[in-house]
Order: sequence, then structure tokens, then C-alpha cells
Amino acid sequence: MNQLVIDVRSAVKQYGAGDSAIFALNDVSLKIELGEYVAIMGPSGSGKSTLMNIMGALDNLTSGEYFLDGIEINSMDENALSVVRGRKIGFIFQSFNLIPRTTAIANVELPLAYQGIKAAERRMRATKALEVVGLADRMDHEPTQLSGGQQQRVAVARALATRPALLLADEPTGALDSKSTSDLLDLFDQINAAGRTVVVITHENDVAERAKRIIRMRDGKIVSDELNKARAS
Amino acid sequence: MNPIEIIRFALRGLSINRLRTALTTLGIMIGVMSVIILIAVGNGSAKSVQSSLDRLGTNSIQIRSGAGGFGGGGFASARSRGNSGNTKQLTVLDAKALVDQNQAPDVKQVSPVMNANATCVNGTSTSTPATFSGVWPTYFEAANSQIATGNYFTDDDVNQGRRVAIIGNTTATELFGTDNPIGQTVRCGGIPFTVIGTTTIKGSSGFQDGDSLFLAPITAIQNSITGYVGLSSIIVEAKSSKTTDAAQTEIQSILDARHHVTSSASRDYRLFNQASLLTTSASNSKVFTVLLGAVAAISLLVGGIGITNIMLVTVVERTREIGIRKAIGAPKRIILTQFLIEATILSVIGGLLGVFGGFVGSYFTILGVKPVIVPMSVLLAFGVSILIGVFFGGYPASRAASLRPIEALRHE
Repeated sequence: MNQLVIDVRSAVKQYGAGDSAIFALNDVSLKIELGEYVAIMGPSGSGKSTLMNIMGALDNLTSGEYFLDGIEINSMDENALSVVRGRKIGFIFQSFNLIPRTTAIANVELPLAYQGIKAAERRMRATKALEVVGLADRMDHEPTQLSGGQQQRVAVARALATRPALLLADEPTGALDSKSTSDLLDLFDQINAAGRTVVVITHENDVAERAKRIIRMRDGKIVSDELNKARAS
Repeated sequence: MNPIEIIRFALRGLSINRLRTALTTLGIMIGVMSVIILIAVGNGSAKSVQSSLDRLGTNSIQIRSGAGGFGGGGFASARSRGNSGNTKQLTVLDAKALVDQNQAPDVKQVSPVMNANATCVNGTSTSTPATFSGVWPTYFEAANSQIATGNYFTDDDVNQGRRVAIIGNTTATELFGTDNPIGQTVRCGGIPFTVIGTTTIKGSSGFQDGDSLFLAPITAIQNSITGYVGLSSIIVEAKSSKTTDAAQTEIQSILDARHHVTSSASRDYRLFNQASLLTTSASNSKVFTVLLGAVAAISLLVGGIGITNIMLVTVVERTREIGIRKAIGAPKRIILTQFLIEATILSVIGGLLGVFGGFVGSYFTILGVKPVIVPMSVLLAFGVSILIGVFFGGYPASRAASLRPIEALRHE
């Protein structure tokens, strides 16, 4: 068995208490190995966003355990969490979430800066990441000067620059046209082929079809977890 | 992550909304500037009062009738006391008695002073001198007043009660414009006086124009305007500033004998010398400076609240950005530092501009006062402005730092 990147054990996330309690996650257990390409699907309210927040170390569990790349996350304080996020996870959001009025290269360098990496190495790694996503010629453009697809690729470059254990994408194609969507998914294939673990949260079937493993959720539980026969090798 | 990097983030943050940054800086700048200028104005007015008191001569002693209270109301109260019989008013004979080389060896000059209020008319021009007094020729030396053109009047003029006058520059200009006033006749209180001289320009002392001046022989004033009532004051010049105290003691022993005063508590006259005037003016101008400083400090405080206000708005506006930064690994400490530095930069730049503005503003004469910068006020104002940045920026910064990334990211 390969090394586990994500190991969620009996995860419960509860909002409210007593009769009005809502279980966003109700006893979810999930293991994802290094190098997997996983899509998590489900209608809104199914708990997939909550799961994404847990996996992304953005939120704490009510009960249960979560190991990210072998590290127990749930007992960490906010400060330690931000360090873990910076080192282990590359986020890609639906709305790109680039820092406004800041050039593409500076956006990609930012997480490296927070890790305390020296300017020269930072620039080199950021440049390399932008080359991977095919935006080497747009490095000095600000987000408003880039198309949606380009902005999302800058976000991917930013996520890759820290060499994270996990690339976590939350509805990455939600704001993109079909051409940009297909480009982005090709990019994900390429990143996964290079050995990186990719987890995509989506409600679009054609996005999920590109993953090698598809997990479906409903009412805070995992209802199916199967290999995508067309893609899994 | 090194501090220079955080400063760069902060500068970028400030450059997002330049107009707002400029306006916030302006608030602090005005605060610092007004502290510096207003304290300089207070200090400058204290200095000018002192220098005009210095011009009066450090050797002069003024004697006014009346016991206790302040000398300012002496004239009116002296008259009522004189009628009660317990106190005697100052007379020309008192003044004459002080000119006594045996009993008062340290007294150099003595002159009685008879003040009056009169409006002078020359054709259609009128002037009401701030000082309208009858005096002896010795007054000019005792009061440190010199003739610029024309002549002093003489003892003979006093003895004969001649209606001649020496006027100050302001009075001369009001009555005669650019004409030479010497030899002209002017009617004061209906009585004609011939101008025989003008005094050198003295400038204003505090709130009184030292050049709004009309001096005539005391006998002429008594004959024609005031009548023979008690004197307003007697002015005495000691031989030197070192002998002022000795002269004062001699004056007291002579006047005590003449006024049948048995104890110092029952004296019916008061002595004023330069030292007591200086003390009074120093404490007055200190109150003035403190008041001005307090007003300025309030505007500095308002500027500080402006920083809090703008930083709070900024934090709300940039909630999402803060969330992104936290999601990609920014520790709380760095976010806190970034926003604190933004606030501090605002206040430091505002403070520097304020210091600059303060120096520039202090070059101009404000309300007739030449401001004199107090170095301490510059340091204080600048230091306080930086502290204000840290203090008033602290709350918004800690709000930014403690935002939860998951909520910050959801913020639209």
C-alpha cells in the first residue's frame, strides 16, 4: 500500500446542538493515497464543501481524526494550521482568489514568501510553476489583465509552487467557459501524471469523469466510492 | 519572512486606495502641524511680551496707589480709598520726596504719571492714544523712551504748564498721516497742544500698542484735563538693575513715613518691578501655550481616530484577501504585522509631513505673533503620531489577524 496523503477517520462535523443539530459530516472515513486523482461529487448540502474544508485544514472536526500526510491535524491551533496549509496543501478555488492588483508572479511567490524562502529561489520556483501552466509570458500581468482561464492557471501555479502533498480544488471550473475548462482539466491530468495527488470537489459530471476515482456524497455521508474504469489504469 | 517583505506588503496595501491613504495621512499631518505651530505661537507670544518688557528697562519700578489686589484696577480703587480717609493717594509731593540723594541714594530718576483718556483731533483725523499721560521730563529715561524727532519738553515747560506734547508713531500717523507733526497743533479733550517731538518706534507689548502714545507736561494735563486728583502712578528708575531692590526699600521707607504706614500689611500703595511683571507674564503665557497645545492635541487625537476608522474599513474591504493569504499559509503574526505597519506608515508619513508643515507655517507671522518653535514639541508631536499609528492601528490589525480563513474566504 502506498503512503496515505489523506486519512479521515470517523469524521463528524456538527453545527448547532440538541434537536436543531445538523450533521454536515456524519461518520465519514476516507483514505487517499499518494498520486491519486480523486473527484468528490454531491449536490449542495451533501457535505462535500465541509469535507473539503476539513481536508484543507480550514476547519476543525467535531469528533474523529484527520491525518494529512501523516500529521494529526485536528488538535492543532490556528497558527500551526496556517503553516500546515502553506506547506502541505495547494488550494484552487472557484473564484480564483488571486490577490488583487498584484502581478501573476508575485501571486505565485506569495506562499513561498510566507514560508520564508529567499527571494532568488522564490522567483525561480514561481517562474517554473508559471511555465508549467503555460503562462511564462504573462508573469507581470495583474489579475484584471488576465482572462478567467488564465487567472485560474495562475492559481494552479501558485498551488504548485510550494510542492504540496495535496492539490485541493474546490469547483475549479465553476467560473470557466468550456475551452478553459478543458485546458484546466488537461493541466490537472498532467500534474497528476507527474505524481502529485489531486482532489477535485465538483458537481459537474464531465469534470468528475476525468478523475481516476469518484466519491459521491449525500446528507453528510459517503454513498459511493469507486474507481473510474475509463481512466484508472 | 523578513520585515522588509512585510513592509512591502504594507506599502502595496496602502497603494490600493491612494486617495484614502492621502486623506488619512492629511488628518495626522494637520494634527502634528497644529501642535507644532500652536505651541510655537504660544511660545512666540511669550517671547515677544518678554522682549517688550525688556525694552521697558529692567531698572524701572512702578508705584501705584491702593493696597492689595492687582495693580490693574488701582486707579479707580485708589480714588475710593482716598475718600475714605484711611489711605492717601499718591501725589506729586510723594514723587518729589523720592528725589532725595540722602534718603534714596539708589534712585536715579523719578517721574509722576497722570493718566487720562482723551481723543485727539486734527481737522478730520482723530486718534485715541492708548497711553495719554502727563509726566516729568525724567519719565523718558525712566521708562526707556527716546525721542526720534523734535525735542523733549523741559522742567520749565512743566513749571509753566505749557501745553506741548510728544507723541508716538501710531498717534502721529493717525493724526497727521505722512506730514511732519512737529510744530502742529492738535486738540485733545478740547484743549490745544503743540507737538514738539515724536518717540522712537517701540512695537507692541502684549495687547497694547506701545506707539499709541501721547505725553505732555503733568501740569498741563492736570490744569486742563484731569484736575488735581491723585496720581495714577509714579515711575522710578534705579541706578542699576543690581540696586533695584535697595531702591525699592528706600522708596518704601520714604512713602511709609509720608503716608503714616505702620506695618507692611497696611500699605496704601504697591510697587511693581520688572521681575514681578515677568513672573506674571510668564505664567499668563504658559496658560496660553497649554491651552493652544490642548486644542492641537485634540486634533491629533481626531487624526488618530481617522486611522482606526480607515483601517477598519480596509480590513472589511480586504477580508477576502486576508482569507486567501491565510489559506496559502500566512501566519497570524504576519497579517497582524502587515496591518500594524500599514497604520504606522500612515502616521509616520503624516507625522513627517506635519513636522515639515509646522516648520513652514512657523515662518509666517500668525495673529501678530512671530512663532518660535519649541524643539520638544516637534519631538513630542512626531513621537505621539507614531504611537497613535500603533495604538489606533492595533485594533483593526488584530481583527484582521484573527479572521478565520474559512469565513474570510466566503466573504464577498
